[in-house]
Amino acid sequence: MHADATALAPTSRHSAATEAASRRDRRHRRIRKVISYLLLSVGAVVILFPIYIAIVNSLLAPSQIAHQPPPFFPTHPMWSTYPTAWNEGHLGLYLRNSAIMTAIIVVGQVVTAILAAYAFAFLSFPFRKTLFIVFLSTLMIPFEVTLITNLDTVTRLGWYNTFQGLTVPFLATGFGTFLLRQSFLQIPKDLSEAATLDGYGHWRFMTRVAVPLARPAVAAVAVFSFLASWNNYLWPLVVTGDNNNVRTVQIGLKLLANTEVQNINVTLAGTIIAIVPLVILLLVFQKQLVRGLTAGAVK
Amino acid sequence: MTVAVSAGAGREAPAAPRHRSLRSRKKREAALAYLFILPALLIFSVFVFYPFLRNFKLALYENPPYPNLPSHYVGLHQAATVLSSSAFLQSLLSTVLFVLMVVPTGLFLGLALAVAAHRKLQGIAIYRVIFSSTVVSSVAVAALVFGTLMNPVVGLLPWLGINPTPSILQNPTWALPAVALMTVWQFLGLSFIIMSAGLQSVPDDLLEAARIDGASAWTRFWRITVPMLSPTLFFGVVVGTIYAFQSFGQIDILIGPSNAAGVHANVLIYYIYESLQIDNNAGQAAVLSIVLFVITLSLTLVQMRYLERRVTYAR
Repeated sequence: MHADATALAPTSRHSAATEAASRRDRRHRRIRKVISYLLLSVGAVVILFPIYIAIVNSLLAPSQIAHQPPPFFPTHPMWSTYPTAWNEGHLGLYLRNSAIMTAIIVVGQVVTAILAAYAFAFLSFPFRKTLFIVFLSTLMIPFEVTLITNLDTVTRLGWYNTFQGLTVPFLATGFGTFLLRQSFLQIPKDLSEAATLDGYGHWRFMTRVAVPLARPAVAAVAVFSFLASWNNYLWPLVVTGDNNNVRTVQIGLKLLANTEVQNINVTLAGTIIAIVPLVILLLVFQKQLVRGLTAGAVK
Repeated sequence: MTVAVSAGAGREAPAAPRHRSLRSRKKREAALAYLFILPALLIFSVFVFYPFLRNFKLALYENPPYPNLPSHYVGLHQAATVLSSSAFLQSLLSTVLFVLMVVPTGLFLGLALAVAAHRKLQGIAIYRVIFSSTVVSSVAVAALVFGTLMNPVVGLLPWLGINPTPSILQNPTWALPAVALMTVWQFLGLSFIIMSAGLQSVPDDLLEAARIDGASAWTRFWRITVPMLSPTLFFGVVVGTIYAFQSFGQIDILIGPSNAAGVHANVLIYYIYESLQIDNNAGQAAVLSIVLFVITLSLTLVQMRYLERRVTYAR
C-alpha cells in the first residue's frame, strides 16, 4: 500500500484519479460485503428457524401454542416443561444408555479398524488384496439389508434388549479401516525401516509411531462413528423392545412424543435437551467432523 | 545340519539358514496380520455377509399368514408375487419421488450456502458452523421439530393459510413432500460441508484471472466453478441418494406404520421394516432387501467407476 502511494506521488492528477477510483472500489466492496452478510444471515435464519420455533413452543403453555397469530417469542416462559420432559421421558437414563452404547461402538470401531488397517498397510500376507476387497465390499451392503437375520441372530444369542445386542453388530467398520489404511500408507517407508532397525516390534511401531502420526484420521473415524451410532434409529428401535434400561434417547424421544401427544411443549423440551450433547460435539470437533464426512470427496 | 548341507552343495549352504529365518519371519508376520484382521472379519462375517447371503435363501420361502408356523419353499414364486404387487410398485415410486425431492434441492441449497460462505469475511466461521449444524441433528430430533411445525394444532401453518384437510402428514398428496422437506433440512449440513470442501479445490487465481478478463460473477460461477466442481457434485448426488434411500426414522415418527402406505410414504426401507416387524413376513422382507441391495450396489458402482476416471484425469 505504502509503496504504491509513493510510486504514484509525482503526478498529482494521476493520484487524484486513482484515489477516486479506489474510493469507488472501496464503496463497491463495502456494498458487496453488506450484501454478503445479508445473504449469509438469511441462510442462517432459515436453517435455525425450525429449532427456534421448537424452543419457543417448548416454553409455551398448551393454550398459547394454538394461539393465532402464533407467538414468536415466549412472553411468559414456562420453564417447568424441561424438568417434566426430563422426568416423564426418563431422559437421564436414555441419554446415559445412548452414551454407553456410543462409547462401546466408537472404541470398538476405532480399535478393530486400527488393527486391520495396520495389517493392510504394513504387513504382507497371503490374500491381502482379496481380504481388503472383502472389507471394502461391506460398504456396498446397507445395514437395512442385513436387518432380518441380524435380529434373528441377536435374539438367538440372547442379546435382545441388551447392550451387546445394540453394539456388537457395529464393532467393525469398512469405511474406517479404509480411511486409516490410506493414512497409514502416507507414513514414509524410511520411518518404519528405522523403527525396525531400532528393534521396534510391530506392536510398538503401531502404538508409538503409526497411530500417533495418523491421529487426524483416527479422530475423523471416531467422530464419524460417534455421529452414526448416537443417531442410529432403526436398530435400537427393533432390538430394544420394552426395556427402559437399554433404550436409547432417539427411541425415548419417539415414546415421549407418543405419550405426550397433548403436551407438545413437553415433547419439544425433551427434543431440545437431546440436542445439547450434539451441539457440544459440533462446536468442539467441527474440524474432525468435516474431515470424516468429506473423506470420500476430496483427494 | 548346516554342516551336512555345506558338504554337499557348497554354494547354497550359507543362504539356507537366512532363507529359513526369513521364511519363518514371513510366517510370523502373516500370522500377526491375520490376528489383526480377525476381529473385524469376524464381525463382518456374522453381521454383514451371513445375513446378506441368507436373504437369498429367505426369499425362496414363504411365511404362513400366522406366526410360529413353519415357512415353506416356494422358489421364485414369492419374489415374482412381491415384485409385481401394486404395494411394491407404489413403494418404489414413493422412494424414487422422495429421492428426487430431497437430493437436487438439498444439493442446490448446500451449494448456494457454500458459495455464500466461501469468502474471507469477519465472523464467517460462525456462519459455517450454523450452515453445517444440521449434520449433527438426529433424525428423531429433526422429525419432532418438523412434526411441530406441521402440526395443525400449532398455530404456525394455519396462520400462513396452509391448512389442508386431512392435515399435512395424513394427506396422501402432502405427506411425502413434507417428510422430504424435513430430510432436506437435515441433509443441508452434510451437503454444505461437501460443497465447501469442493469449492476449496477450485483455484482462486483461475477465478481472479477470469475476473480481470471481465467475466461477470455469474459467468465465473457457471463457466469455472461448476465445471471444476463436477466431481464434488457427482459425489454429492451419490451420497445424497444413498442418504435419502436410508431415510427411515422420519417416516416412523412423522407418519407411522399404520399410515405410511395409505399416504404413499412407505419408501422401500420402511416397507422392509413393516414386512418384518408388523406383518411378520420375513420372506417378503428378504425380497425387498435384495432389491434395496441391488439399487445401492448400482449407485456405488457408478460412483466407483466415475471416481476411478476422475483420478486418472485429475493428474
